[in-house]
Amino acid sequence: MMHNTLPEASEPMTAEKTAITLTDCGKTFADGTRALQPIDLAIAGGETVVLLGPSGCGKTTLLRIVAGLETPDAGGRVLFNGEDVTVRPIERREVGMVFQSYALFPNMSVRQNVAYGLKVRRVPREELTRRVDDALEMMQIAELAERRIGQLSGGQRQRVALARAIAVRPRILLLDEPLTALDALLRDRLRVEIDSLLRGLGITAVYVTHDQAEAMALGDRVVVMSAGQIEQIGPPRDIYHAPATDFVADFIGTVNRVPAAALAGWGDEVDGAVLFRPEDAEIVSGEGAHLRGRVASSLFLGDRTRLVLESDGLLPVVVDTRRRETIRIGEEIGIRLKPGHLIPLPSAGREGQTC
Amino acid sequence: MSQRPALLLILLALPAGVVFLAFFLLPMARLVLIGASGEDGAAAYLSVLTTPRHLESMIATVLLSLAVTLAAVAVSTVAGVFLVRHRFPGRSTLVSLLTFPLAFPGVVIGFLVILLAGRQGLVGEVTKALTGDKMVFAYSMAGLFVGYLYFSIPRVILTVMAAAEKLDPSLEEAARSLGAPPWRVVADVILPALKPGLIASGAICFATSMGAFGTAFTLATNIDVLPMTIYTEFTLSANIAGAASLSVVLGLVTWAALALARNLSGSTVAAAG
Repeated sequence: MMHNTLPEASEPMTAEKTAITLTDCGKTFADGTRALQPIDLAIAGGETVVLLGPSGCGKTTLLRIVAGLETPDAGGRVLFNGEDVTVRPIERREVGMVFQSYALFPNMSVRQNVAYGLKVRRVPREELTRRVDDALEMMQIAELAERRIGQLSGGQRQRVALARAIAVRPRILLLDEPLTALDALLRDRLRVEIDSLLRGLGITAVYVTHDQAEAMALGDRVVVMSAGQIEQIGPPRDIYHAPATDFVADFIGTVNRVPAAALAGWGDEVDGAVLFRPEDAEIVSGEGAHLRGRVASSLFLGDRTRLVLESDGLLPVVVDTRRRETIRIGEEIGIRLKPGHLIPLPSAGREGQTC
Repeated sequence: MSQRPALLLILLALPAGVVFLAFFLLPMARLVLIGASGEDGAAAYLSVLTTPRHLESMIATVLLSLAVTLAAVAVSTVAGVFLVRHRFPGRSTLVSLLTFPLAFPGVVIGFLVILLAGRQGLVGEVTKALTGDKMVFAYSMAGLFVGYLYFSIPRVILTVMAAAEKLDPSLEEAARSLGAPPWRVVADVILPALKPGLIASGAICFATSMGAFGTAFTLATNIDVLPMTIYTEFTLSANIAGAASLSVVLGLVTWAALALARNLSGSTVAAAG
């Protein structure tokens, strides 16, 4: 089952990278709920793809179909490097999994947990010890090897889970909200480490999250999902700056939507709405303002201050400023948009998504 | 200031203390003394080793209880995990039916065994129709085994179900993702998680089987388990010292088994039975 040529200890796991192709993969559960509309998705070998969406959008179901924990509805196919693995159970798919709940074996020590996959595969003792040590080293938990799972903090547990998943040198690494259960500071640190781990290994990875910051930071490409469908697939910058649908525009970051007619001196296109991010408007005093409004709230965030402006007949407008002087609530200010930084209007309907 | 709560605590604990002393410690001490009051004196306590009939009875009881415990744990583990994992029509009715035997006294269970495998029993009728020979095993150790198994299963199955409800499914998925075939998932993930519950409920099974009397008494005739031996010594032979010493030994053996189980599981096992 495993790749038997042993690379150097320092070398990443598998020379050959595994591409994933999903065709027509939908999922309807026994009680009739449609968790996933039939979708197509191609993931290149060595690529990190993040499935992003609110809870119940089908992202975890999609991950579980790739893992082999769910089978797609009839007609759906899962291919690894062109080989059909649709009916192959997870234990023979050579995938590594990391769970939100860590899923460490409580009756085993850290070392035994990391060694488990190798033991199941009957890897000879010497090699097993070396590979477990490598995996522990890579996750910087070598000194925890003999601890019981109950003695570890959340961050340490997720490191053990990662070490356990990579020790078997899987073809694909699947991560199901691995950072959700951690507190913010730890989450940021581990996110950076997971990023360098994935880059270092060059392994194909599918990462599920509902946190857009995680998705932006980790993904080569981000798949935004809602209600069992793919809304948009693309590099993080495209998703952020050129959302394909209203859902994506609203789900990723904050977006302001102002009718063009309400903007003073906006020029010829006065039909429709203008969409812009809070950081793409600047506060101007006096002339040249596109929009004027009263400051309804002011939130100091350290590197910037987030203002919410109210003006008659419009939805509240959110603006970020890096100015240092305090702006009082109730004060009337003007803002000017940067014409080059507007968000192109997403098409109302969905585009046919093939990738 | 600090004396009043202490006094209050003593007052509150008094009823429990009185009950413990009057109905537990005193009769127990008296039983131990009576056990040593016969012609043989304290040597009566060795009768379980020296009298062949007593020794055989003790061995038979321990073996029967062990067999019942192992069978009950095996059957209930499979059934309990299945019942937790699967939803089907009639499931809740089935679960409540499984707990039915808890309500029956030993006599009723003995009666049920006779209905099943007695001289007029169902098993006899069927085997007679099939092979011409009537199979009757109600009045033997086999009948007792069936009866004890019947009332032991609910005790284990409820514990197993409670433990299986709490199993984290992602643990099994993690093991499978690491390449573990189904039997390894059972051995490495499910059984270790159920272990404390299995040991605790197994210990209760064992203790109950060691001391059960009603079923044996109903099936009677040639069954020689220790509670029956005690009854015979006490009523027929009027050997009160012998009966008392055997009772104390029975209690000690059962208590030792529970203590062993408590050590193995690392948690508290209620000494019931």
